[in-house]
Amino acid sequence: MSAHLSYGRVNLNILREAARKELREFLDKCGGSKAIVWDEYLTGPFGLIAQYSLLKEHEVEKMFTLKGGRLPAADVKNIIFFVRPRLELMDIIAENVISEDKMHSPRDFHILFVPRRSMLCEQRLKEQGVLGSFINIDEYILDLIPYDGDLLSMESEGAFRECYLESDQTSLYHTAKGLMTLQALYGTIPQIFGKGECARHVANMMLRMKREFAGSQTQILPVFDSLLLLDRNVDLLTPLATQLTYEGLIDEVYGITNGFCRFLPPEKFSKMQLNSAEELYAEIRDKNFNGVGAALSKKAKIISAAFEERHSAKTVGEIKQFVSQLPHMQAARSSLANHTSIAELIKDITTSEAFFDNLTVEQEFMTGVDTDKVNTYIEDCIAQKDPLIKILRLVCMQSVCNNGLKQKLLDYYKREILQTYGYEHMLTLNNLEKTGLLKPQTSTRNNYPTIRKTLKLWMEDANEQNPNDISYVYSGYAPLSIRLTQVLARPGWRSIEEVLKMLPGPHFEERQQLPAGLHKKRQQGENRTTLVFFLGGVTYAEIAALRFLSQMEDGGTEYIIATTKLINGTSWIKSLMDRPEAQAS
Amino acid sequence: MAFITANWNPLGEAFYRKIELYEMGWSLRDGLKECLVAAAPYGGPIALLRQPQRPSSSARPQLEIYSSSGANMASFPWKSGPVRQLGWTVCDDLLCIQEDGTVLIYDLFGAFKRHFSMGNEVVQNQVLEAKVFHSPYGTGVAIVTGASRFTLATNIDDLKLRRLPEVPGLQGAPSCWAVLTQDRQTKVLLANRADLYILDNTSCTPVTPPGLSLQSCSIVNMAVSFSYKYLALFTDSGHLWMGSANLKDKLSEVDTKVRTPPKQMVWCRRPKSQQPSVVIMWDRLLLVAGECTDTIQYTLDEESVCVAELDGVRIVGGSRHELLQEVPSACQDIFKIASMAPGALLLEAHKEYEKSSQKADEYLREIKEQSVLGEAVRQCVEAAGYEHEPETQKTLLRAASFGKCFLSNYPPEPFVSMCRDLKVLNSVREYTVGIPLTHTQYKQMTVQVLIDRLVYRKLYPLAIEICRYLKTPEYQGVSRVLKHWACCKVQQKEEPDESIAHAVSVKLGEAAGISYSEIAARAYECGRTELAIKLLEFEPRSGEQVPLLLKMKRSQLALSKAIESGDTDLVYTVVTYLKNEMNRGDFFMTLRNQPVALSLYRQFCKHQEQDTLKDLFNQDDDHQELGNFYVKASYKEKKLEARLSLLQSAVDEYNKAKNEFAAKATEEEMKLLRFQRRLDEEMGEALLGLSLQETLHALLTSNFHKQAEQLYRDFRVPDKRYWWLKLTALAEKDDWEEMEKFAKSKKSPIGYLPFVEVCVKQHNKYEAKKYVSKVTPEQKVKAHLAIGDLEGAAEAAIERRSEGEISTVLSRCSPTTDRALLERLNRARSTAAKK
Repeated sequence: MSAHLSYGRVNLNILREAARKELREFLDKCGGSKAIVWDEYLTGPFGLIAQYSLLKEHEVEKMFTLKGGRLPAADVKNIIFFVRPRLELMDIIAENVISEDKMHSPRDFHILFVPRRSMLCEQRLKEQGVLGSFINIDEYILDLIPYDGDLLSMESEGAFRECYLESDQTSLYHTAKGLMTLQALYGTIPQIFGKGECARHVANMMLRMKREFAGSQTQILPVFDSLLLLDRNVDLLTPLATQLTYEGLIDEVYGITNGFCRFLPPEKFSKMQLNSAEELYAEIRDKNFNGVGAALSKKAKIISAAFEERHSAKTVGEIKQFVSQLPHMQAARSSLANHTSIAELIKDITTSEAFFDNLTVEQEFMTGVDTDKVNTYIEDCIAQKDPLIKILRLVCMQSVCNNGLKQKLLDYYKREILQTYGYEHMLTLNNLEKTGLLKPQTSTRNNYPTIRKTLKLWMEDANEQNPNDISYVYSGYAPLSIRLTQVLARPGWRSIEEVLKMLPGPHFEERQQLPAGLHKKRQQGENRTTLVFFLGGVTYAEIAALRFLSQMEDGGTEYIIATTKLINGTSWIKSLMDRPEAQAS
Repeated sequence: MAFITANWNPLGEAFYRKIELYEMGWSLRDGLKECLVAAAPYGGPIALLRQPQRPSSSARPQLEIYSSSGANMASFPWKSGPVRQLGWTVCDDLLCIQEDGTVLIYDLFGAFKRHFSMGNEVVQNQVLEAKVFHSPYGTGVAIVTGASRFTLATNIDDLKLRRLPEVPGLQGAPSCWAVLTQDRQTKVLLANRADLYILDNTSCTPVTPPGLSLQSCSIVNMAVSFSYKYLALFTDSGHLWMGSANLKDKLSEVDTKVRTPPKQMVWCRRPKSQQPSVVIMWDRLLLVAGECTDTIQYTLDEESVCVAELDGVRIVGGSRHELLQEVPSACQDIFKIASMAPGALLLEAHKEYEKSSQKADEYLREIKEQSVLGEAVRQCVEAAGYEHEPETQKTLLRAASFGKCFLSNYPPEPFVSMCRDLKVLNSVREYTVGIPLTHTQYKQMTVQVLIDRLVYRKLYPLAIEICRYLKTPEYQGVSRVLKHWACCKVQQKEEPDESIAHAVSVKLGEAAGISYSEIAARAYECGRTELAIKLLEFEPRSGEQVPLLLKMKRSQLALSKAIESGDTDLVYTVVTYLKNEMNRGDFFMTLRNQPVALSLYRQFCKHQEQDTLKDLFNQDDDHQELGNFYVKASYKEKKLEARLSLLQSAVDEYNKAKNEFAAKATEEEMKLLRFQRRLDEEMGEALLGLSLQETLHALLTSNFHKQAEQLYRDFRVPDKRYWWLKLTALAEKDDWEEMEKFAKSKKSPIGYLPFVEVCVKQHNKYEAKKYVSKVTPEQKVKAHLAIGDLEGAAEAAIERRSEGEISTVLSRCSPTTDRALLERLNRARSTAAKK
């Protein structure tokens, strides 16, 4: 179930095991049979840590979803609430507990806060008069969840919105705490680099926490050589662009949540887990979609050749060997069939005219063509009332690629949007402006072309089949965030000082003192390991680009990726939308 | 050296030795006569309560506390009630159990800490006897009252009194009794003349020790071993019975021939004892009785007290402090006269070596021939640990070190750690410190506890030295000591805040893991709030500072500390606290100076208190947000008028915020709403709340062209969008005639391709064809393809000589396509490509 976490450069299964151990310890603290009442939001992330079987082994007999009113009947000794520390949830719990007391059978109540206890919530429970009803009030520190062999996610949906729109830095605190946990398991990370306000804040908290826990550090040889903290708002462009890797497209078209993807019902694989545990998927996920067909047909040939071998198997030994490989081959064949179908579904979309037109406009923006004029394609899309999010993605992209739009142009787009989609989107537009995704041009100078040229964000001859540069993930556009990562590794940020100044927020480097004797002696030719943390989300295409860098022969650095949430343009814009519900008159 | 066995006395196969630990530093006029004495195990402190010489006089008894070497630590007149018993807790606190059942707790230096009572019932009946005992749960107290009832408290720090059941036939105090800990339960074993009972929580069970020969005798004394595993009973016939404490096995029975009831009786054992024994004390006699029939007798020349230890018995007298113990086998092997044990030979060899005699070589050869050199070294190292005299320790260690030279691969660890341990032990055995720990006791109690004990004695420098010497991780060692030091320092009332804070910060400096908040809390407890605040500033963990700051009502400071910690929950906590504590104006002002707290509070209000949110924006003159607030609020209103008035407020705010666009857009929305209402009323439509686009669409599909035109003009809808809109609406209701009219009305701002596409979308190719000719040349190919006219598309593409377009057409060709057309296309493509 979790073997794929151990194969990477860093064994992330250690983290998962630590999380599982803590969960078991808590469950055993509540002796006897139990029912768990779930904050629904948590079930997805928890699925990455423990399956139902683990809960069952620890006498969890029933599971409910948290909702108001009376708890469902269950003949268990303990009722455990697994919740995020949110006041509105406390009110629901209080309602549950109060209505329970009226019934006769006494059950023990417990609360497990994920990821952290909150005095505010406990205070609320106290005000509601139910705090005393709980036998155990505990916290389950689940900050960074191992998502794949090289990927950690906090699965915190609202992180970007909270940090950049609402100035609520709670998720950054959890990030810092999560990184401390990581360092407790994998050793102190000697170098910290960062770019952006939030990155600075996280680094500050980490250094402060390190001081606070001084003396209690574990003596572990550091696994990571450096940490790079990147604010999402340093690179607002990348998530807006349509991802063109296989996995990226699956996410764009169907959406991947908590590692699972739901396809439309006619497909027999309606819900599929997508990770590197599936050999074929690991091979093709990060390819440009135009290279996937070839990879699939090559795989098909290999598999059918393997099946053909049964005819050449003559001796009993050969047949036996063939049979022993059969389950693996069959799994491979069904995996191939699934992905062939998915690829065909996606191909129908990518070959459509609409997709092509949209991509053309995106690429025009990214190459800086006519970013200061009204774009007719956007106009037409609005006129035809295409989905609003699509429009917002394009308009924001134009704004980002032009370092803001002229007031007149901006107002024109906004007016078009309000007139077409409704006045209520005023609030959403306001949010986009606050986060800098949409902005009026303040200076006459547009610095995007300088950034693009210096960082080589556009590569004319992107090779989609056999890539030699990260720009393949967007068929020409090299994600800014990953270019920053790449330049940091070689030749270093000093070479791009000018560009860094154009991007928002400070850039910095910090060193953390290692206890004597823990300095790593690198072997000749041994790669460095860098943890790249995207504050505010990362796309699958960016991950693909980092994996590409890890695999480069002379790259010298391998990357582990961490983020607050896996995002794409659509989910990202959606998280920033505000939609007041109109009351029926 | 030669006399090392001089104080050895044989007992069966084993030897016992009595060594002097200290010559007592105290000067007691009458020795220990007429004193209540309590001496703590593990070389702990000694407390004396000297009864006044004439009980009738008004003179008060004197309570004195000494170290094991007799150095005075505290001395004060006893002003409370009559004391029955003294005892020490595991944390070196003194328990004084009074006749009325009150237990007073003092620290090592005689400072009163707290008190508790053994129950109301005791007040009437009085305590007859009491005992202090230690168990895995901590220190406990047991008493027997005048009503012959026992009450137990297993852990004085978590006081739960347990009154034990009545003992049948018992009047007054029992002849003797003891507290036992068995199977995680604390019980009382008592003798009422010849009868023996076990008392637990629920029952009183009569028991008989197996093989106690003289049944008719009464039991006058009993002793339970240090580990609660063994029991010794002394009868009035002078017999000593030894057995297991669960009364299942008998070890032996010895006739001491002394019939007087002993003053004290304790077990004298050691781990891996060869000949465990019981030490019995009478007025002038000390008798050691083991399993064998022999006994050892010492005469006592002064009033003494026996203290049971893990590995022997300490005898504290008026002038001397001695340790009586079984000689450990390693020492026996080495020092026994004419011993040929490997260790003994090695010691000899080393002695000769020091004398530069070749005999050293002979001895060594002998050991090596038997290949027991490793064993010899091990014995010497072990024996060094058991020896009290530094000289003897050194001799043994030197011998071990010498032997090690002839061994390869001998692990250095035991030797090194023994050297370290002894250095630590010798330093705490030092007369001025006065903790006569043996190596066995030290290992059992651990360094941590030793450090604690030194800290209780305020021997901070020594404790720090030891931590540094043993390289204890800073935060378990030095930092902990320093914290205790600082906690003690802040209680010095005469020193001013400034100098204490300074002293503390200088000394604690950068020491890792110091909890300044704990020190500050202590200062606050002593009523020194200012000092506490000064100290808190040194606390690196901002989070830790917050609760204390709130307690001290320094909420503003608490807020900035909470923000500093980054822990938003903590910030919320302080904010809620402030909200309840301050008036609204001050509260808002405070938040205004703390943007982080302010935005968090805004978040809170957004979900919990909408009205407060408005007040917050008002206070900050944040007109943009106020505008947004009104917009949001407008959607919650059902009545249009209310909605409009909220939107008007939004317009005002947006204007104040100089957000022209928003103000104008809002005004337009109001205009639209009014327009929609009018139309709804007049025409019975349901337009209210639709967007402008949707409204137009609805109007056009319902044939309200005039109204649509009006809206289009009033709202300055761009031509292009309006054309699209009208086109789609017309197609949707299949109004092809109107569409044609519309197409001809003037030149289309969106071209004519959309006409083609919209018709095709409505499956009307016939209509679509009408517009193909009007399409611009660039879009011709697309238009032809849209209506499925491959030939037309081919013509257009060839005419335009565009390679891309020709390819597009080719890609649409199927096997049924005309061959000639295909060829033409291919030819045209190659010519186009050549260009």
